[in-house]
Amino acid sequence: MLSAGIDIGSRTIALVVTDGKEIVQSAVVDTGFDPAKKAAEMAAGLTQAVPVTATGYGRHSAKNGFAGHVITEIKAHALGAGRLFPGAGTVLDIGGQDMKVILLDAKGNVEDFQMNDKCAAGTGKFLEVMAGALGYGSVEDFGRDSLTGAPGTRISSMCTVFAESEAVSLVHRGTDRRDIGRALHASVIERAFGLIQRVGCAAPLVFTGGAALNPCVVQLLRERIKGPVLIPGDPQLVGALGAALSGLENKNQQ
Amino acid sequence: MSGDYRKMWESIGLDLEAHDRLLQALPPAYGEVYLTQENRPAMDYFDFVVNEIHGLRIQELQEHKARGGKVIGTFCVFVPEEIIRAAGGICIGLCSGIEIGSAQAEKVLPRSICPLIKSFMGFKLARVCPYFESCDMVVGETTCDGKKKAFEILNDYVPVHVLEVPQMKREKDRLLWRGEVGDFLAGVEEVTGNRVTAESLARSVREVNGKRRALARLAGLRKNSPAPISGKDSLLIEQIAMYDDVERFTLKVNQLCDELEKRVREGVGVHRPGAPRIIVTGTPMAIPNWKVPHIIEGSGAVIVAEELCTGLRYFENTVPEESESMEQSLGTIADRYMNINCACFTPNTGRMEKLVQLAEEYNADGIIHCSLSFCDPYMIEANRVEKMLKEKGIPMLKIETDYGQEDVGQLRTRIEAFLEMIG
Ligand code: SF4
Ligand code: SF4
Repeated sequence: MLSAGIDIGSRTIALVVTDGKEIVQSAVVDTGFDPAKKAAEMAAGLTQAVPVTATGYGRHSAKNGFAGHVITEIKAHALGAGRLFPGAGTVLDIGGQDMKVILLDAKGNVEDFQMNDKCAAGTGKFLEVMAGALGYGSVEDFGRDSLTGAPGTRISSMCTVFAESEAVSLVHRGTDRRDIGRALHASVIERAFGLIQRVGCAAPLVFTGGAALNPCVVQLLRERIKGPVLIPGDPQLVGALGAALSGLENKNQQ
Repeated sequence: MSGDYRKMWESIGLDLEAHDRLLQALPPAYGEVYLTQENRPAMDYFDFVVNEIHGLRIQELQEHKARGGKVIGTFCVFVPEEIIRAAGGICIGLCSGIEIGSAQAEKVLPRSICPLIKSFMGFKLARVCPYFESCDMVVGETTCDGKKKAFEILNDYVPVHVLEVPQMKREKDRLLWRGEVGDFLAGVEEVTGNRVTAESLARSVREVNGKRRALARLAGLRKNSPAPISGKDSLLIEQIAMYDDVERFTLKVNQLCDELEKRVREGVGVHRPGAPRIIVTGTPMAIPNWKVPHIIEGSGAVIVAEELCTGLRYFENTVPEESESMEQSLGTIADRYMNINCACFTPNTGRMEKLVQLAEEYNADGIIHCSLSFCDPYMIEANRVEKMLKEKGIPMLKIETDYGQEDVGQLRTRIEAFLEMIG
């Protein structure tokens, strides 16, 4: 019995097919301009007919098309992280345009959650804008380089627009861009830490989403929470995996 | 709207162009939020009233004024409607539930202020609300700081009678409030030119009680499962209560309740079996602010009660009808209002107790605390609510939002996740 999950995010769309034990197929693509169409194409490209469960901010558009069920990205991440790391206490997900923290109970159910406000502060988008402002060709380079930055520099604003102008004025003052980079990453972690504290952090913490691929974010997060941080092999697939797993649950109930 | 009301609008001083823009925004929203609901009870009267919101009802107010009657506008459920009616006036709750005239409002108010306050100022300065323009006087109160100070500004454009609402509920505060109610009576008599008598007051107490009882009857029916009416429709009725003709409205609500009773006997509901039952609490949701209820019910839950000023706080508790003197009536009226659980009081423990009691009576699965942005009293009090509900094991979701639509997707995710969590 196979089940597919599709996580339609603002920056990427992830697809996972699972039999409940293994991931038998997966893909991550850029969302592009027409998320609904892109997602439909991915679903249509499945090698065999499997029930699809959609999650992510584009989930409702999928519901009207190819997806049989929808669940929120909160539940999806809880299910996915719980499967990869049984006994996980908290999930931190930093995606393209949102950030969420989910507290899990002993059975892996959602006990509480927090999401960032409507702006892009502290999300993947934020880092993307800052990478551009500091002249990096990619977020990957930005993350890798910032890892070697020295602590001490501070960015006081969380707002993408203000933080960018702060960063630019630090450049003009001659501050090493690796230090500025580190400070910008630290501000993302501060934001995440604020959310984590609001739900109360239960160890261990699972870190998911595209930002978990960024070594500087990971390093600073470890330092900040002073506890174990578990990172899935492919952190961008966790939501889609959770959606696929929930599709199996639905089947079992029927 | 059926008739041609442009002449009337012009004569009461509306800015017709701006008013047209407002009217264009309203009907589509109403159709989408209300008319797509399945299995609605007979809401024709209320749909009609909304449809005629700037038409027939305004015409009635104008006719009343032509006969020498006065119209008094209010912004808070602390204003005793009984007194206004006893002096032959009509009491209108001014809505302030939509972003309008912000540019004008921001000329006199700071940008970061509660949208409700910005809205009423915007309505007045942009001259788009026919109710506002029909008012001979409006009544302000010293509840939150934002409103209190904004009324000083509003007084430049329309006479404002400010009621001092105390901040605590001790005996000396109750005394102060009784004095305020007495002064209000004098103020209303002056504006209307009519004396309030023991008889006219007794009659209006009965009439307003009748309205409250009808609304309480409606609320009581929602304790049933399945709920015979949606939360959105109930909210709409509670919003209409603030400006419709009291006796006609009372009759119509009671007629609706007859139908709902029949539904309850037959087990007819408005939602799928097992839908989570939600109570909303927080700041007022003034017409046409249906944003959060629309998301909640659109996500498969049913709202069974509103612990809001456009909800239970408006109609809970009646005023005793037997009274020996004017003095005594004024005292019992004042006391009824002092029992309202508004976050402008400290402490406001009555509200927490009420919520726990409601959750039990209405068999609620969760409570959604919804506050307008920049509203200190409710946003801060959310902490007290959360603490109490946690102790009692009642799940709660906290939302802060305004009249804009940008955060709808985000709110929907949070609300759906909350429903998944409690489901
Ligand atoms: S919330 Fe308080 S101030 Fe606002 S209308 Fe209600 S009682 Fe009045
Ligand atoms: S919602 Fe809050 S800030 Fe706005 S008028 Fe009411 S009490 Fe004041």
